[in-house]
Amino acid sequence: MEKRFMKGCEAIAEAAVRGGCRFFAGYPITPQNEIPEYLSWRLPEVGGAFVQGESEVASINMVYGAAATGTRALTSSSGPGISLKAEGISYLASAQLPAVIVNISRGGPGLGSIQPAQSDYLQATKALGHGGFRTMVFAPATLQEAVDLTYNAWEYAERDRNPVLILMDGCLGAIMEEVELPPMKELSTENTEDWSLAKVGGRTDNHMITPILPEPALEMLNKFKGFTYKGWEFSDVKVEEYLLEDAEYVVVAYGIAARVAKEAINNLREEGYKVGMIRPITLYPFPKASLDNLDYSKVKGIIDIEMTIPAQMRDDIELQVKGRCPVHEYGRSGGMLLDDEGVYEAISNIVKEGE
Amino acid sequence: MPAYKRPSSLMPMTTGYCPGCLHALGTRLVADAIDELNQQQNAINVVSVGCSALNLYSWNGDDIGAAHGRAPAVATGIKRCLPDRLVFTYQGDGDLAAIGLAEIMSAANRGENFTVIFANNQTYGMTGGQMAPTTLIGQKSTTTPFGRDPQTTGYPLKMCELIATLEAPVFVARYALNTPKGVSDAKKGIKKAFELQLAGKGFTFIELLTNCPTNWGMSPLQTLDYMDTNTIPYFKPGIYKDTEVQG
Repeated sequence: MEKRFMKGCEAIAEAAVRGGCRFFAGYPITPQNEIPEYLSWRLPEVGGAFVQGESEVASINMVYGAAATGTRALTSSSGPGISLKAEGISYLASAQLPAVIVNISRGGPGLGSIQPAQSDYLQATKALGHGGFRTMVFAPATLQEAVDLTYNAWEYAERDRNPVLILMDGCLGAIMEEVELPPMKELSTENTEDWSLAKVGGRTDNHMITPILPEPALEMLNKFKGFTYKGWEFSDVKVEEYLLEDAEYVVVAYGIAARVAKEAINNLREEGYKVGMIRPITLYPFPKASLDNLDYSKVKGIIDIEMTIPAQMRDDIELQVKGRCPVHEYGRSGGMLLDDEGVYEAISNIVKEGE
Repeated sequence: MPAYKRPSSLMPMTTGYCPGCLHALGTRLVADAIDELNQQQNAINVVSVGCSALNLYSWNGDDIGAAHGRAPAVATGIKRCLPDRLVFTYQGDGDLAAIGLAEIMSAANRGENFTVIFANNQTYGMTGGQMAPTTLIGQKSTTTPFGRDPQTTGYPLKMCELIATLEAPVFVARYALNTPKGVSDAKKGIKKAFELQLAGKGFTFIELLTNCPTNWGMSPLQTLDYMDTNTIPYFKPGIYKDTEVQG
């Protein structure tokens, strides 16, 4: 394994190339510009193609075209740009095309701010486009996790013939950490040759990629997709459970919020307070069981910590808690960052009030 | 004289176009050119939104449905990954000259090595005849019931003229499909565009003036006369750019 000290956006870009990505299209938007900048020279080095699109709309449709050829394709953006890509992501889901989309998220709504925020949870997990489809949503908390999730994202995308979203806030995009880079994957047409536009093995039958179907076929596709999404809950949930064994208070946080919360939890543990954490790594499928299976005879409260106001993950949490204990929330928003003191104080107030 | 038969790129089925619609002829000319260049196995048809979407199922070859206006972006992604394939989009005027204006101008400006076939019938046919960016001044539509008024809706967009101002495109031409000569010229133009693409020369753009008997509210024969007296004087057929000739 090769170790390198890398910036978050560049680590994702390099992991994508090593994971087989050979096409990128994107449009400049802060705070993700290092991804296209890196890939503009890196992809040609490995025989791939880089296109700076005229818009996010065009870029996601270039990815749609590239994915249709069986090429591992990527686009990246931030909140406002992901909104523009929504139509294209829905088309990817409809046409059953694998692709990876990265959202390095910032303050919202609107043009919002260019500073980091976790303001796109609902967009990512509930409606990444029109028509009622789902994508897996990966939410790394460290750059190593970002590298590993990006490296393998196309395996899921191709298995399910469905786009995959990597949701990472601007903090993680900008920080530098040491990462272990996995080896370059061998390119293969094994998962795509049955349907892609590429001519593999001298095929002579027609391949049609379609985002529109006759009504009975579309209903059948939607039923099939429903089974796929259900299957994710059984086989693909990724979650970190931290000090839950004896926990009386359970923080639920992902990404950068979880890193800040962990620091506060460690400090409170030193003071003798029994606080633990559930950190969803897949926001969709949501780690329902981790919350549902808590021992609510012991747990006195759940604390949802997100870098957005109002909290967006709270509904998913409450659906599993089912009123068995109070659910609290704390956050910062609009590009104002969570800090150690604020998060410590928020958790500490709730925990100490319960004494 | 070869026998007149269905081109191999078209399925043995009805197209779904209304009677008298020149779209069907435009599609056929594309298929003929592909046959003559022996490209049926190599071509990828990027189908757009509108009446042209009917091509998706009647096309005998690889094809892909693009979002409204985005066919040039989709074709960009395909061609960059499969540079040896013959890639073309087939788009209507609402798709190409309104919602897809950014994509067509940008793909043309990058000099993407694919071909755009632009069917201009001056209306949104599939949605029932609303004003298109190419609807003529005074022409009635369901959203300009008293005729297109330039004071509030501007003027019909001349796409060939616009694209010919760009550096990168290598062949830009407009043909009218209401006469046998126009059809014959169009077929040559389409074939030439495909040949230029196969030679790796760059972006090629073919505009086909077509009709819409259903939404113009005329008989097919009346539409051909209307094209002569109204459409062609505004959208003048001709070759607007040919870098091979200009050297």
